[in-house]
Amino acid sequence: MSRSVAHLTVATAVTLLLILACWQVPGDWNWSGVWEYRQKFFFGWIVTLGLSVAALILSVAIGLVVALFLGARNPLLEATGRIYVELIRGTPLLVQLLLGFYVIASAVGLENRFVVGTLVLAAFSGAYMAEIFRGGLNAIPKTQRDSARAIGLTRWQSFRLVILPQAVRLVLPAIAGQLVSLIKDSSLLSVIAISEFTLNAREVNSFTYSTLESYAPLAIGYLMLTLPLSAASRWLEKAFSYER
Amino acid sequence: MARKSIQLREITSTPSDTMQLIIKELTQAFGSTRVLDKLSVETGTVNSLVLVGPSGGGKSTLLRILAGLDTPISGTVTFDETTLGRDEASLRLYRRTIGTVFQSYNLFSHLSARENLILPLVHVHGLSRDESLARVEEPLKRFHLHEHADKRPAELSGGQNQRIAILRAMVVRPKRLFLDEPTSALDPEMTAEVLDMIEVLKDSGTDFVLVTHAMNFARRVADEIAFIGDGKVLSHGPAESVFENTDNTRVASFFKQVLR
Repeated sequence: MSRSVAHLTVATAVTLLLILACWQVPGDWNWSGVWEYRQKFFFGWIVTLGLSVAALILSVAIGLVVALFLGARNPLLEATGRIYVELIRGTPLLVQLLLGFYVIASAVGLENRFVVGTLVLAAFSGAYMAEIFRGGLNAIPKTQRDSARAIGLTRWQSFRLVILPQAVRLVLPAIAGQLVSLIKDSSLLSVIAISEFTLNAREVNSFTYSTLESYAPLAIGYLMLTLPLSAASRWLEKAFSYER
Repeated sequence: MARKSIQLREITSTPSDTMQLIIKELTQAFGSTRVLDKLSVETGTVNSLVLVGPSGGGKSTLLRILAGLDTPISGTVTFDETTLGRDEASLRLYRRTIGTVFQSYNLFSHLSARENLILPLVHVHGLSRDESLARVEEPLKRFHLHEHADKRPAELSGGQNQRIAILRAMVVRPKRLFLDEPTSALDPEMTAEVLDMIEVLKDSGTDFVLVTHAMNFARRVADEIAFIGDGKVLSHGPAESVFENTDNTRVASFFKQVLR
């Protein structure tokens, strides 16, 4: 059995089991009530997509910079990176969003909740990315840096041309996993009243009193974002792969 | 033979060049371990200098300093009346004028052999990509590496990797080459192909400083040999005089062991 056939078989079996489970739920289904709000789902999904893409790009950039801080010889830079990572990883995203929006953003006069939400989400994910990148950078043998110095590359060239390309390949699976988490974590942005996918589904639920019918599209909508990401990651991994 | 030298001119330094090396009171330590201990030596005007001696004696440490990769605690290194600087910026400029080959090849593992060769040309020496590709073509053919040029290091044998590494050091047309035990990680068959290549380079006028345990080869290619042990030069001179040195018991017993 080929791999893709196996994937399809298992996916179908899981879907059937889920449908079977729904069948067992007592009461009537209200798909038509939820269907009326399809536009709401769609717009929420688009907002989530936009937020996620922006936060995703930003978090990779933050992760790289903070990873460099963590590995810096300057103790002040190292400490800054370390404290950033520990603070962010040690507190719930929910708290960061509330503090970020109601305290920090209002203090600096930033009022656009989409911007604040994206920034907080990127900062949150960036801390995890930083640790992933740092691990990848440290895993590159010292001999590669030696060789880069021997041919006369500057430190920056050595990082850009030799170390980073090798590290990226190493950390790709972990980064993809983190990006999938980021997309799902974006659902928390509803607490600062950003009208993203999850908030819209919750509203539909409160209008229609049809919980399962409101949340099932939510699961499917998130999978539509995360599955292509996983597929892309696997494809990139293959494209970059080589024995070391 | 004539054809060979024409092709080699593509990659080698000007034949008639020579080098003279003066080292004064060179000291290097890692932690509390003193690896080089006020090492001094003055060579004649030579094309090749070979460093031999027991493992842990300081040969590779010395070579890294000569190649501008490490800075000694104290002492000076002077090549042809130019003394090596101590700051990274001047050492980087120096490293751009020489070539260095490591024991474990250290090719960039994410790049093909050809990309490894052109990387320094494009990013350090300012050649265009096309110029660089043109420059490495002939040497790749000359050393029978052409059919492997698009493979990554992991797909090549140790001997092929090391020959590519030597080419990477050569295509920038360095003043001289530093080779740190280039065959120590290779099996005998591959050792031969790498040593042959070094000999071809020597015959075409490349100056080099070589650290090696291949004693017969050292004897063949060395204009001068320096025996390094306990962080000092224990014996130095033309190859034969060092191999037959019986004044220093440390040197004599080493050769008795390795040449047995």
